[in-house]
Amino acid sequence: MMAFFEIGLGHYLALAAVLFTIGIFGIFLNRKNVIIILMSIELMLLAVNINLIAFSAFMNDLVGQIFALFVLTVAAGEAAIGLAIIVIYFRNRGTIEVEDINLMKG
Amino acid sequence: MVNPHDYATAAPEIFLAISSMVLLMIGVFRGNQSTKMLSWLAVAAFAVTLLLIIKAPAESAISFAGMYVADSFTAFVKVMVLIASGAGLIMSLGYIREEGMERFEYPVLFVLATLGMLMMVSANDLMSLYMGIELQSLALYVIAAFKRDSLRSTEAGLKYFVLGALSSGMLLYGCSLIYGFTGATSFTAIAAAMQGQEHASIGLIVGIVFLCAGLAFKVSAVPFHMWTPDVYEGAPTPVTAFFAVAPKIAALALFMRALIVPFVAISADWQQIVVVISVASMLLGAFAAIWQTNIKRLMAYSSIGHVGFALIGLAAGSAEGVRGVLVYLAIYVAMNIGTFACILCMRRKTGMVEDISDLSGLSKTNPLMALALAIFMFSMAGIPPLGGFFGKFYIFVAAVNAELYALAVIGVLASVVGAFYYLRIIKVMYFDEAAEPFESPMSVEMRAIIGVCSIFVVFFAFYTAPFIAQAQVAASALVP
Repeated sequence: MMAFFEIGLGHYLALAAVLFTIGIFGIFLNRKNVIIILMSIELMLLAVNINLIAFSAFMNDLVGQIFALFVLTVAAGEAAIGLAIIVIYFRNRGTIEVEDINLMKG
Repeated sequence: MVNPHDYATAAPEIFLAISSMVLLMIGVFRGNQSTKMLSWLAVAAFAVTLLLIIKAPAESAISFAGMYVADSFTAFVKVMVLIASGAGLIMSLGYIREEGMERFEYPVLFVLATLGMLMMVSANDLMSLYMGIELQSLALYVIAAFKRDSLRSTEAGLKYFVLGALSSGMLLYGCSLIYGFTGATSFTAIAAAMQGQEHASIGLIVGIVFLCAGLAFKVSAVPFHMWTPDVYEGAPTPVTAFFAVAPKIAALALFMRALIVPFVAISADWQQIVVVISVASMLLGAFAAIWQTNIKRLMAYSSIGHVGFALIGLAAGSAEGVRGVLVYLAIYVAMNIGTFACILCMRRKTGMVEDISDLSGLSKTNPLMALALAIFMFSMAGIPPLGGFFGKFYIFVAAVNAELYALAVIGVLASVVGAFYYLRIIKVMYFDEAAEPFESPMSVEMRAIIGVCSIFVVFFAFYTAPFIAQAQVAASALVP
Protein backbone atom coordinates (compact mmCIF):
# COMPACT_ATOMS: atom_id res chain seq x y z
CA MET A 1 0.00 0.00 0.00
CA MET A 2 2.86 2.35 0.84
CA ALA A 3 4.54 1.73 -2.50
CA PHE A 4 1.42 2.95 -4.22
CA PHE A 5 1.72 6.37 -2.59
CA GLU A 6 5.48 6.62 -3.00
CA ILE A 7 6.20 9.69 -5.12
CA GLY A 8 9.01 8.95 -7.54
CA LEU A 9 10.89 10.85 -10.19
CA GLY A 10 8.32 9.87 -12.79
CA HIS A 11 5.56 11.71 -10.95
CA TYR A 12 7.55 14.92 -10.88
CA LEU A 13 8.41 14.61 -14.55
CA ALA A 14 4.78 13.99 -15.42
CA LEU A 15 3.68 17.01 -13.40
CA ALA A 16 6.30 19.17 -15.13
CA ALA A 17 5.28 17.87 -18.55
CA VAL A 18 1.62 18.64 -17.84
CA LEU A 19 2.43 22.16 -16.61
CA PHE A 20 4.67 22.77 -19.62
CA THR A 21 1.96 21.64 -22.02
CA ILE A 22 -0.61 23.86 -20.31
CA GLY A 23 1.85 26.75 -20.71
CA ILE A 24 2.29 26.13 -24.44
CA PHE A 25 -1.44 25.77 -25.01
CA GLY A 26 -2.00 28.92 -22.98
CA ILE A 27 0.10 30.81 -25.50
CA PHE A 28 -1.47 29.36 -28.64
CA LEU A 29 -5.12 28.93 -27.70
CA ASN A 30 -5.47 32.18 -25.81
CA ARG A 31 -7.33 34.78 -27.88
CA LYS A 32 -7.97 37.33 -25.20
CA ASN A 33 -5.11 39.01 -23.42
CA VAL A 34 -1.35 39.29 -23.71
CA ILE A 35 -0.99 39.19 -19.93
CA ILE A 36 -2.22 35.59 -20.05
CA ILE A 37 0.65 34.85 -22.46
CA LEU A 38 3.08 36.24 -19.89
CA MET A 39 1.55 33.98 -17.24
CA SER A 40 1.83 30.99 -19.58
CA ILE A 41 5.51 31.73 -20.14
CA GLU A 42 6.05 31.81 -16.38
CA LEU A 43 4.24 28.49 -16.10
CA MET A 44 6.56 26.93 -18.68
CA LEU A 45 9.64 28.15 -16.86
CA LEU A 46 8.30 26.84 -13.54
CA ALA A 47 7.69 23.45 -15.13
CA VAL A 48 11.33 23.45 -16.20
CA ASN A 49 12.35 24.29 -12.64
CA ILE A 50 10.36 21.36 -11.25
CA ASN A 51 12.14 19.12 -13.77
CA LEU A 52 15.56 20.46 -12.83
CA ILE A 53 15.02 20.20 -9.09
CA ALA A 54 13.49 16.73 -9.30
CA PHE A 55 16.45 15.47 -11.33
CA SER A 56 18.83 17.23 -8.99
CA ALA A 57 17.27 15.67 -5.90
CA PHE A 58 17.09 12.17 -7.34
CA MET A 59 20.65 12.23 -8.68
CA ASN A 60 22.13 13.83 -5.54
CA ASP A 61 23.70 16.45 -7.76
CA LEU A 62 23.55 20.16 -6.91
CA VAL A 63 23.99 21.48 -10.45
CA GLY A 64 20.29 21.24 -11.25
CA GLN A 65 19.35 23.43 -8.30
CA ILE A 66 21.88 26.07 -9.28
CA PHE A 67 20.47 25.97 -12.80
CA ALA A 68 16.98 26.48 -11.33
CA LEU A 69 18.21 29.58 -9.48
CA PHE A 70 19.54 31.01 -12.74
CA VAL A 71 16.23 30.28 -14.45
CA LEU A 72 14.29 32.03 -11.67
CA THR A 73 16.46 35.13 -11.94
CA VAL A 74 16.23 35.34 -15.71
CA ALA A 75 12.46 34.72 -15.59
CA ALA A 76 12.09 37.80 -13.40
CA GLY A 77 14.05 39.91 -15.89
CA GLU A 78 12.09 38.48 -18.78
CA ALA A 79 8.75 39.33 -17.12
CA ALA A 80 9.92 42.90 -16.45
CA ILE A 81 10.91 43.45 -20.07
CA GLY A 82 7.74 41.78 -21.31
CA LEU A 83 5.56 44.06 -19.20
CA ALA A 84 7.51 47.12 -20.35
CA ILE A 85 6.95 46.19 -24.00
CA ILE A 86 3.25 45.57 -23.31
CA VAL A 87 2.99 49.03 -21.74
CA ILE A 88 4.48 50.84 -24.74
CA TYR A 89 2.35 48.74 -27.07
CA PHE A 90 -0.77 49.67 -25.11
CA ARG A 91 0.12 53.37 -25.35
CA ASN A 92 0.19 53.13 -29.15
CA ARG A 93 -2.68 50.76 -29.75
CA GLY A 94 -5.01 51.31 -26.81
CA THR A 95 -5.64 47.57 -26.42
CA ILE A 96 -3.66 44.44 -25.66
CA GLU A 97 -6.12 41.88 -27.00
CA VAL A 98 -4.25 39.15 -28.85
CA GLU A 99 -6.62 39.35 -31.83
CA ASP A 100 -5.76 43.02 -32.32
CA ILE A 101 -2.01 42.42 -32.69
CA ASN A 102 -2.32 42.06 -36.44
CA LEU A 103 -0.76 45.08 -38.14
CA MET A 104 1.68 42.80 -39.94
CA LYS A 105 0.52 39.43 -41.23
CA GLY A 106 2.95 36.58 -40.79
CA MET B 1 38.22 29.28 -5.97
CA VAL B 2 38.41 30.97 -9.35
CA ASN B 3 41.96 31.16 -10.60
CA PRO B 4 43.35 34.06 -12.67
CA HIS B 5 43.56 31.83 -15.71
CA ASP B 6 39.75 31.80 -15.79
CA TYR B 7 39.60 35.54 -16.11
CA ALA B 8 42.22 35.52 -18.86
CA THR B 9 40.08 33.14 -20.94
CA ALA B 10 37.08 35.43 -20.71
CA ALA B 11 39.04 38.69 -20.93
CA PRO B 12 37.28 40.00 -24.09
CA GLU B 13 33.83 39.43 -22.57
CA ILE B 14 34.83 40.94 -19.23
CA PHE B 15 36.17 44.00 -21.01
CA LEU B 16 32.97 44.37 -23.01
CA ALA B 17 30.82 43.93 -19.89
CA ILE B 18 32.74 46.65 -18.07
CA SER B 19 32.56 48.96 -21.09
CA SER B 20 28.80 48.52 -21.27
CA MET B 21 28.53 49.67 -17.66
CA VAL B 22 30.84 52.63 -18.34
CA LEU B 23 28.78 53.60 -21.39
CA LEU B 24 25.59 53.34 -19.34
CA MET B 25 27.07 55.63 -16.67
CA ILE B 26 28.17 58.21 -19.23
CA GLY B 27 24.72 58.05 -20.79
CA VAL B 28 22.94 58.49 -17.47
CA PHE B 29 24.99 61.55 -16.53
CA ARG B 30 25.26 63.20 -19.95
CA GLY B 31 21.76 62.46 -21.24
CA ASN B 32 20.50 61.80 -24.75
CA GLN B 33 22.75 64.31 -26.50
CA SER B 34 25.66 61.97 -25.81
CA THR B 35 24.17 59.20 -28.00
CA LYS B 36 26.45 59.85 -30.96
CA MET B 37 29.57 59.89 -28.80
CA LEU B 38 28.40 56.75 -26.99
CA SER B 39 27.87 54.98 -30.30
CA TRP B 40 31.42 55.68 -31.41
CA LEU B 41 32.71 54.68 -27.97
CA ALA B 42 30.77 51.43 -28.30
CA VAL B 43 32.35 50.82 -31.71
CA ALA B 44 35.74 51.49 -30.12
CA ALA B 45 34.90 48.98 -27.38
CA PHE B 46 34.05 46.41 -30.07
CA ALA B 47 37.40 47.14 -31.73
CA VAL B 48 39.34 46.65 -28.49
CA THR B 49 37.43 43.43 -27.78
CA LEU B 50 38.29 42.27 -31.28
CA LEU B 51 41.98 42.97 -30.62
CA LEU B 52 41.82 41.07 -27.32
CA ILE B 53 40.31 38.08 -29.15
CA ILE B 54 42.92 38.13 -31.91
CA LYS B 55 45.77 38.49 -29.44
CA ALA B 56 44.55 35.63 -27.25
CA PRO B 57 46.54 32.37 -27.44
CA ALA B 58 45.30 30.09 -30.18
CA GLU B 59 45.13 26.82 -28.21
CA SER B 60 41.77 26.04 -26.70
CA ALA B 61 41.21 26.92 -23.07
CA ILE B 62 38.31 25.82 -20.89
CA SER B 63 37.65 27.75 -17.71
CA PHE B 64 35.05 28.51 -15.04
CA ALA B 65 34.70 24.84 -14.11
CA GLY B 66 34.14 23.79 -17.72
CA MET B 67 31.48 26.38 -18.47
CA TYR B 68 33.44 28.60 -20.76
CA VAL B 69 35.58 27.77 -23.76
CA ALA B 70 37.86 29.86 -25.95
CA ASP B 71 39.53 28.36 -29.00
CA SER B 72 40.11 29.26 -32.63
CA PHE B 73 36.49 28.41 -33.49
CA THR B 74 35.11 30.88 -30.95
CA ALA B 75 37.68 33.46 -32.03
CA PHE B 76 36.65 33.18 -35.68
CA VAL B 77 32.95 33.50 -34.89
CA LYS B 78 33.42 36.30 -32.37
CA VAL B 79 35.35 38.37 -34.88
CA MET B 80 32.42 38.05 -37.28
CA VAL B 81 29.91 38.95 -34.55
CA LEU B 82 31.89 42.02 -33.49
CA ILE B 83 32.29 43.26 -37.05
CA ALA B 84 28.58 42.77 -37.68
CA SER B 85 27.62 44.58 -34.47
CA GLY B 86 30.01 47.44 -35.10
CA ALA B 87 28.74 47.89 -38.65
CA GLY B 88 25.15 47.66 -37.42
CA LEU B 89 25.74 50.39 -34.88
CA ILE B 90 27.50 52.69 -37.35
CA MET B 91 24.66 52.19 -39.84
CA SER B 92 22.15 53.22 -37.16
CA LEU B 93 23.71 56.62 -36.49
CA GLY B 94 21.99 58.58 -39.22
CA TYR B 95 18.70 56.72 -38.88
CA ILE B 96 18.20 57.16 -35.14
CA ARG B 97 18.90 60.88 -35.50
CA GLU B 98 16.42 61.33 -38.36
CA GLU B 99 13.70 59.25 -36.76
CA GLY B 100 13.91 60.85 -33.33
CA MET B 101 14.99 57.73 -31.48
CA GLU B 102 18.37 59.07 -30.47
CA ARG B 103 18.34 57.91 -26.87
CA PHE B 104 21.49 56.88 -25.06
CA GLU B 105 20.20 53.39 -24.26
CA TYR B 106 20.51 52.42 -27.92
CA PRO B 107 24.30 51.88 -28.08
CA VAL B 108 24.30 50.41 -24.56
CA LEU B 109 21.73 47.80 -25.58
CA PHE B 110 23.79 47.02 -28.68
CA VAL B 111 26.82 46.36 -26.50
CA LEU B 112 24.83 44.17 -24.10
CA ALA B 113 23.32 42.16 -26.96
CA THR B 114 26.79 41.68 -28.44
CA LEU B 115 28.11 40.58 -25.06
CA GLY B 116 25.33 37.99 -24.92
CA MET B 117 26.31 36.75 -28.37
CA LEU B 118 29.96 36.38 -27.36
CA MET B 119 28.82 34.39 -24.32
CA MET B 120 26.68 32.17 -26.54
CA VAL B 121 29.64 31.48 -28.80
CA SER B 122 31.87 30.61 -25.84
CA ALA B 123 29.28 28.56 -23.95
CA ASN B 124 30.42 25.07 -23.06
CA ASP B 125 27.66 24.27 -20.60
CA LEU B 126 23.87 24.30 -20.74
CA MET B 127 23.84 27.02 -18.07
CA SER B 128 26.20 29.39 -19.83
CA LEU B 129 24.34 28.63 -23.07
CA TYR B 130 21.08 29.74 -21.46
CA MET B 131 22.55 32.83 -19.81
CA GLY B 132 24.19 33.92 -23.07
CA ILE B 133 21.00 33.45 -25.07
CA GLU B 134 18.93 35.36 -22.53
CA LEU B 135 21.36 38.27 -22.24
CA GLN B 136 21.27 38.58 -26.02
CA SER B 137 17.52 38.11 -26.37
CA LEU B 138 16.45 40.47 -23.59
CA ALA B 139 18.53 43.25 -25.13
CA LEU B 140 17.19 42.47 -28.61
CA TYR B 141 13.52 42.53 -27.48
CA VAL B 142 14.04 46.08 -26.27
CA ILE B 143 15.94 47.20 -29.39
CA ALA B 144 13.15 45.81 -31.63
CA ALA B 145 10.61 47.99 -29.82
CA PHE B 146 12.98 50.93 -29.55
CA LYS B 147 10.96 53.26 -31.75
CA ARG B 148 8.43 53.42 -28.98
CA ASP B 149 5.93 55.79 -30.58
CA SER B 150 5.64 53.60 -33.68
CA LEU B 151 2.92 50.96 -33.62
CA ARG B 152 4.82 48.71 -36.03
CA SER B 153 8.01 48.77 -34.01
CA THR B 154 6.26 48.03 -30.72
CA GLU B 155 4.22 45.28 -32.34
CA ALA B 156 7.45 43.78 -33.69
CA GLY B 157 8.94 43.97 -30.20
CA LEU B 158 5.89 42.33 -28.65
CA LYS B 159 5.81 39.50 -31.18
CA TYR B 160 9.54 38.95 -30.86
CA PHE B 161 9.24 38.88 -27.08
CA VAL B 162 6.37 36.38 -26.94
CA LEU B 163 7.87 33.97 -29.46
CA GLY B 164 11.40 34.44 -28.13
CA ALA B 165 10.27 33.67 -24.58
CA LEU B 166 8.38 30.62 -25.85
CA SER B 167 11.51 29.39 -27.61
CA SER B 168 13.61 29.98 -24.50
CA GLY B 169 11.10 27.91 -22.55
CA MET B 170 11.35 25.05 -25.02
CA LEU B 171 15.12 25.26 -25.06
CA LEU B 172 15.20 25.15 -21.27
CA TYR B 173 12.84 22.18 -21.12
CA GLY B 174 15.23 20.39 -23.48
CA CYS B 175 18.17 21.39 -21.27
CA SER B 176 16.46 20.01 -18.18
CA LEU B 177 15.79 16.67 -19.87
CA ILE B 178 19.35 16.47 -21.18
CA TYR B 179 20.62 17.19 -17.68
CA GLY B 180 18.36 14.55 -16.21
CA PHE B 181 19.20 11.79 -18.66
CA THR B 182 22.95 12.36 -18.84
CA GLY B 183 23.56 13.66 -15.33
CA ALA B 184 25.63 16.63 -16.45
CA THR B 185 25.22 20.09 -17.93
CA SER B 186 28.75 20.63 -19.25
CA PHE B 187 29.14 19.73 -22.93
CA THR B 188 32.40 17.94 -22.20
CA ALA B 189 30.87 15.95 -19.35
CA ILE B 190 27.84 15.05 -21.46
CA ALA B 191 30.16 13.85 -24.22
CA ALA B 192 32.01 11.72 -21.67
CA ALA B 193 28.73 10.29 -20.36
CA MET B 194 27.63 9.47 -23.91
CA GLN B 195 30.90 7.72 -24.75
CA GLY B 196 30.37 4.36 -26.39
CA GLN B 197 26.59 4.60 -26.48
CA GLU B 198 25.08 3.57 -29.77
CA HIS B 199 21.58 4.84 -29.09
CA ALA B 200 20.29 7.52 -26.80
CA SER B 201 17.49 6.91 -24.34
CA ILE B 202 14.10 8.19 -25.41
CA GLY B 203 14.16 10.93 -22.75
CA LEU B 204 17.44 12.25 -24.07
CA ILE B 205 16.11 12.25 -27.63
CA VAL B 206 13.11 14.30 -26.50
CA GLY B 207 15.52 16.67 -24.76
CA ILE B 208 17.61 17.08 -27.90
CA VAL B 209 14.48 17.70 -29.97
CA PHE B 210 13.39 20.48 -27.61
CA LEU B 211 16.90 21.95 -27.61
CA CYS B 212 16.92 21.93 -31.42
CA ALA B 213 13.47 23.54 -31.50
CA GLY B 214 14.64 26.36 -29.22
CA LEU B 215 17.80 26.94 -31.21
CA ALA B 216 15.91 26.75 -34.52
CA PHE B 217 13.73 29.60 -33.21
CA LYS B 218 16.84 31.67 -32.55
CA VAL B 219 18.29 31.08 -36.02
CA SER B 220 14.75 31.41 -37.53
CA ALA B 221 14.74 28.04 -39.26
CA VAL B 222 11.48 26.53 -40.51
CA PRO B 223 9.15 25.46 -38.79
CA PHE B 224 10.03 28.06 -36.14
CA HIS B 225 10.44 31.00 -38.49
CA MET B 226 7.04 32.68 -38.20
CA TRP B 227 8.32 35.61 -36.13
CA THR B 228 10.99 36.56 -38.66
CA PRO B 229 9.06 38.40 -41.42
CA ASP B 230 6.95 40.39 -38.95
CA VAL B 231 9.85 41.38 -36.73
CA TYR B 232 12.05 42.28 -39.70
CA GLU B 233 9.31 44.39 -41.24
CA GLY B 234 8.25 46.13 -38.05
CA ALA B 235 11.59 46.80 -36.38
CA PRO B 236 13.48 49.98 -37.33
CA THR B 237 15.60 49.24 -40.42
CA PRO B 238 19.10 49.41 -38.85
CA VAL B 239 17.82 47.13 -36.09
CA THR B 240 16.60 44.71 -38.76
CA ALA B 241 20.06 44.84 -40.33
CA PHE B 242 21.55 43.96 -36.96
CA PHE B 243 19.00 41.15 -36.36
CA ALA B 244 19.67 39.66 -39.76
CA VAL B 245 23.36 39.24 -39.13
CA ALA B 246 24.90 39.16 -35.65
CA PRO B 247 22.38 37.04 -33.66
CA LYS B 248 22.17 34.58 -36.56
CA ILE B 249 25.93 34.00 -36.52
CA ALA B 250 26.06 33.56 -32.77
CA ALA B 251 23.03 31.25 -32.71
CA LEU B 252 24.36 29.13 -35.58
CA ALA B 253 27.75 28.80 -33.87
CA LEU B 254 25.96 27.79 -30.68
CA PHE B 255 23.78 25.34 -32.62
CA MET B 256 26.91 23.69 -34.01
CA ARG B 257 28.70 23.45 -30.68
CA ALA B 258 25.63 22.30 -28.74
CA LEU B 259 25.04 19.40 -31.12
CA ILE B 260 28.51 18.42 -32.27
CA VAL B 261 30.48 18.54 -29.00
CA PRO B 262 28.18 16.76 -26.50
CA PHE B 263 26.25 14.48 -28.84
CA VAL B 264 28.96 13.34 -31.23
CA ALA B 265 28.29 9.72 -30.24
CA ILE B 266 24.67 9.85 -31.42
CA SER B 267 25.13 12.14 -34.40
CA ALA B 268 22.88 9.93 -36.57
CA ASP B 269 19.97 10.83 -34.30
CA TRP B 270 20.23 14.62 -34.45
CA GLN B 271 21.34 14.68 -38.06
CA GLN B 272 17.82 13.74 -39.17
CA ILE B 273 16.37 16.73 -37.33
CA VAL B 274 18.88 19.12 -38.87
CA VAL B 275 18.33 17.71 -42.35
CA VAL B 276 14.57 18.23 -42.09
CA ILE B 277 14.74 21.82 -40.83
CA SER B 278 17.46 22.61 -43.37
CA VAL B 279 15.40 21.38 -46.33
CA ALA B 280 12.24 23.09 -45.06
CA SER B 281 14.09 26.41 -44.52
CA MET B 282 15.70 26.38 -47.96
CA LEU B 283 12.43 25.65 -49.71
CA LEU B 284 10.35 28.14 -47.73
CA GLY B 285 13.03 30.81 -48.10
CA ALA B 286 13.07 30.28 -51.85
CA PHE B 287 9.33 30.12 -52.53
CA ALA B 288 7.76 32.45 -49.96
CA ALA B 289 10.05 35.34 -50.94
CA ILE B 290 8.74 35.38 -54.50
CA TRP B 291 5.49 37.14 -53.57
CA GLN B 292 6.97 39.77 -51.26
CA THR B 293 6.75 43.44 -52.16
CA ASN B 294 8.36 44.86 -49.04
CA ILE B 295 12.13 44.60 -49.27
CA LYS B 296 12.61 44.06 -45.53
CA ARG B 297 10.14 41.16 -45.63
CA LEU B 298 11.96 39.81 -48.66
CA MET B 299 15.24 39.95 -46.75
CA ALA B 300 13.56 38.06 -43.90
CA TYR B 301 12.64 35.17 -46.20
CA SER B 302 16.06 35.40 -47.81
CA SER B 303 17.69 35.04 -44.39
CA ILE B 304 15.51 32.01 -43.62
CA GLY B 305 16.77 30.46 -46.86
CA HIS B 306 20.39 31.29 -46.02
CA VAL B 307 20.04 29.66 -42.61
CA GLY B 308 18.78 26.56 -44.41
CA PHE B 309 21.93 26.49 -46.55
CA ALA B 310 24.17 26.99 -43.52
CA LEU B 311 22.42 24.13 -41.69
CA ILE B 312 23.49 21.76 -44.51
CA GLY B 313 27.02 22.14 -43.18
CA LEU B 314 25.85 21.25 -39.68
CA ALA B 315 23.94 18.25 -41.01
CA ALA B 316 27.18 17.00 -42.55
CA GLY B 317 28.61 17.10 -39.02
CA SER B 318 32.21 16.97 -40.27
CA ALA B 319 35.04 19.48 -39.92
CA GLU B 320 34.52 20.20 -43.60
CA GLY B 321 30.88 21.02 -42.96
CA VAL B 322 31.72 23.37 -40.09
CA ARG B 323 34.32 25.04 -42.28
CA GLY B 324 31.68 25.50 -44.94
CA VAL B 325 29.31 27.09 -42.45
CA LEU B 326 32.00 29.51 -41.24
CA VAL B 327 32.89 30.60 -44.77
CA TYR B 328 29.21 30.90 -45.62
CA LEU B 329 28.53 33.05 -42.57
CA ALA B 330 31.47 35.37 -43.25
CA ILE B 331 30.20 36.05 -46.77
CA TYR B 332 26.62 36.28 -45.49
CA VAL B 333 27.72 39.04 -43.09
CA ALA B 334 29.23 41.10 -45.90
CA MET B 335 26.28 40.60 -48.30
CA ASN B 336 23.63 41.36 -45.71
CA ILE B 337 25.29 44.39 -44.17
CA GLY B 338 25.86 45.80 -47.64
CA THR B 339 22.27 45.16 -48.70
CA PHE B 340 20.83 46.72 -45.57
CA ALA B 341 23.12 49.72 -45.93
CA CYS B 342 21.56 50.20 -49.37
CA ILE B 343 18.05 49.75 -47.93
CA LEU B 344 18.87 52.39 -45.30
CA CYS B 345 19.69 54.79 -48.11
CA MET B 346 16.15 54.40 -49.54
CA ARG B 347 14.96 57.67 -48.11
CA ARG B 348 12.79 60.31 -49.78
CA LYS B 349 11.63 63.66 -48.46
CA THR B 350 8.53 61.98 -47.05
CA GLY B 351 10.60 59.50 -45.04
CA MET B 352 11.91 55.98 -45.41
CA VAL B 353 10.48 53.85 -48.21
CA GLU B 354 10.80 50.08 -48.27
CA ASP B 355 8.91 48.74 -51.29
CA ILE B 356 10.79 46.94 -54.03
CA SER B 357 8.98 49.13 -56.59
CA ASP B 358 10.62 52.19 -55.00
CA LEU B 359 13.92 50.91 -56.38
CA SER B 360 12.75 51.14 -59.98
CA GLY B 361 15.16 52.87 -62.32
CA LEU B 362 17.78 53.25 -59.60
CA SER B 363 20.49 52.65 -62.21
CA LYS B 364 19.64 56.05 -63.74
CA THR B 365 19.18 58.09 -60.58
CA ASN B 366 21.99 56.56 -58.50
CA PRO B 367 24.16 54.24 -60.62
CA LEU B 368 26.72 53.47 -57.90
CA MET B 369 24.15 52.35 -55.34
CA ALA B 370 22.40 50.31 -58.02
CA LEU B 371 25.69 48.65 -58.92
CA ALA B 372 26.45 47.81 -55.28
CA LEU B 373 22.96 46.41 -54.69
CA ALA B 374 23.23 44.41 -57.92
CA ILE B 375 26.54 42.93 -56.71
CA PHE B 376 24.96 41.89 -53.40
CA MET B 377 21.94 40.40 -55.13
CA PHE B 378 24.06 38.43 -57.62
CA SER B 379 26.18 37.24 -54.72
CA MET B 380 23.14 36.13 -52.70
CA ALA B 381 21.88 34.26 -55.73
CA GLY B 382 25.24 32.46 -55.73
CA ILE B 383 26.54 33.56 -59.10
CA PRO B 384 30.29 33.08 -59.65
CA PRO B 385 32.80 34.67 -59.24
CA LEU B 386 31.17 36.58 -56.38
CA GLY B 387 31.54 35.58 -52.73
CA GLY B 388 28.11 34.02 -52.36
CA PHE B 389 29.04 31.35 -54.87
CA PHE B 390 32.02 30.20 -52.78
CA GLY B 391 29.91 30.09 -49.63
CA LYS B 392 27.41 27.76 -51.27
CA PHE B 393 30.16 25.78 -53.02
CA TYR B 394 31.98 24.77 -49.82
CA ILE B 395 28.69 23.87 -48.14
CA PHE B 396 27.62 21.62 -51.02
CA VAL B 397 31.07 19.99 -51.23
CA ALA B 398 30.81 19.12 -47.54
CA ALA B 399 27.32 17.72 -48.05
CA VAL B 400 28.43 15.55 -50.98
CA ASN B 401 31.47 14.25 -49.07
CA ALA B 402 29.19 13.37 -46.15
CA GLU B 403 27.03 11.45 -48.65
CA LEU B 404 24.04 13.75 -48.19
CA TYR B 405 23.36 13.78 -51.92
CA ALA B 406 19.64 14.51 -51.69
CA LEU B 407 20.31 17.48 -49.42
CA ALA B 408 22.89 18.91 -51.85
CA VAL B 409 20.55 18.51 -54.81
CA ILE B 410 17.64 20.18 -52.99
CA GLY B 411 20.03 22.96 -51.96
CA VAL B 412 21.08 23.63 -55.54
CA LEU B 413 17.46 23.60 -56.72
CA ALA B 414 16.41 25.97 -53.93
CA SER B 415 19.19 28.38 -54.80
CA VAL B 416 18.02 28.37 -58.43
CA VAL B 417 14.49 29.28 -57.33
CA GLY B 418 15.93 31.89 -54.95
CA ALA B 419 17.89 33.44 -57.80
CA PHE B 420 14.55 34.45 -59.31
CA TYR B 421 13.67 37.05 -56.71
CA TYR B 422 17.20 38.35 -56.37
CA LEU B 423 17.38 38.86 -60.11
CA ARG B 424 13.93 40.49 -60.06
CA ILE B 425 15.34 43.28 -57.88
CA ILE B 426 18.13 43.81 -60.40
CA LYS B 427 15.57 43.88 -63.21
CA VAL B 428 13.52 46.49 -61.33
CA MET B 429 16.61 48.65 -60.79
CA TYR B 430 17.98 48.44 -64.33
CA PHE B 431 15.03 48.04 -66.68
CA ASP B 432 12.04 49.77 -65.08
CA GLU B 433 10.94 53.39 -65.45
CA ALA B 434 12.85 55.64 -63.12
CA ALA B 435 10.98 56.58 -59.95
CA GLU B 436 11.53 59.69 -57.88
CA PRO B 437 15.22 59.70 -56.81
CA PHE B 438 16.26 59.05 -53.23
CA GLU B 439 17.61 61.78 -51.04
CA SER B 440 21.30 62.29 -51.61
CA PRO B 441 24.08 62.46 -50.73
CA MET B 442 24.58 59.29 -48.73
CA SER B 443 26.53 59.77 -45.53
CA VAL B 444 30.23 58.93 -45.45
CA GLU B 445 29.74 55.99 -43.09
CA MET B 446 27.18 54.41 -45.39
CA ARG B 447 29.36 54.82 -48.43
CA ALA B 448 32.31 53.30 -46.58
CA ILE B 449 30.27 50.31 -45.40
CA ILE B 450 28.76 49.65 -48.82
CA GLY B 451 32.19 50.02 -50.43
CA VAL B 452 33.99 47.67 -48.06
CA CYS B 453 31.23 45.04 -48.28
CA SER B 454 31.12 45.09 -52.06
CA ILE B 455 34.92 44.87 -52.32
CA PHE B 456 34.87 41.89 -49.96
CA VAL B 457 32.18 40.16 -52.01
CA VAL B 458 33.62 40.94 -55.44
CA PHE B 459 37.25 40.07 -54.73
CA PHE B 460 36.59 37.06 -52.52
CA ALA B 461 37.95 34.79 -55.24
CA PHE B 462 41.43 36.31 -54.84
CA TYR B 463 41.90 35.56 -51.16
CA THR B 464 39.87 32.38 -50.89
CA ALA B 465 42.88 30.21 -49.98
CA PRO B 466 44.08 32.01 -46.82
CA PHE B 467 40.48 32.55 -45.76
CA ILE B 468 39.61 28.87 -46.14
CA ALA B 469 42.78 27.91 -44.27
CA GLN B 470 41.73 30.12 -41.35
CA ALA B 471 38.22 28.63 -41.38
CA GLN B 472 39.75 25.16 -41.50
CA VAL B 473 41.77 25.84 -38.34
CA ALA B 474 38.64 27.15 -36.65
CA ALA B 475 36.55 24.17 -37.72
CA SER B 476 39.11 21.62 -36.56
CA ALA B 477 38.99 23.20 -33.09
CA LEU B 478 35.32 22.19 -32.94
CA VAL B 479 35.47 18.83 -34.73
CA PRO B 480 38.82 17.21 -33.98
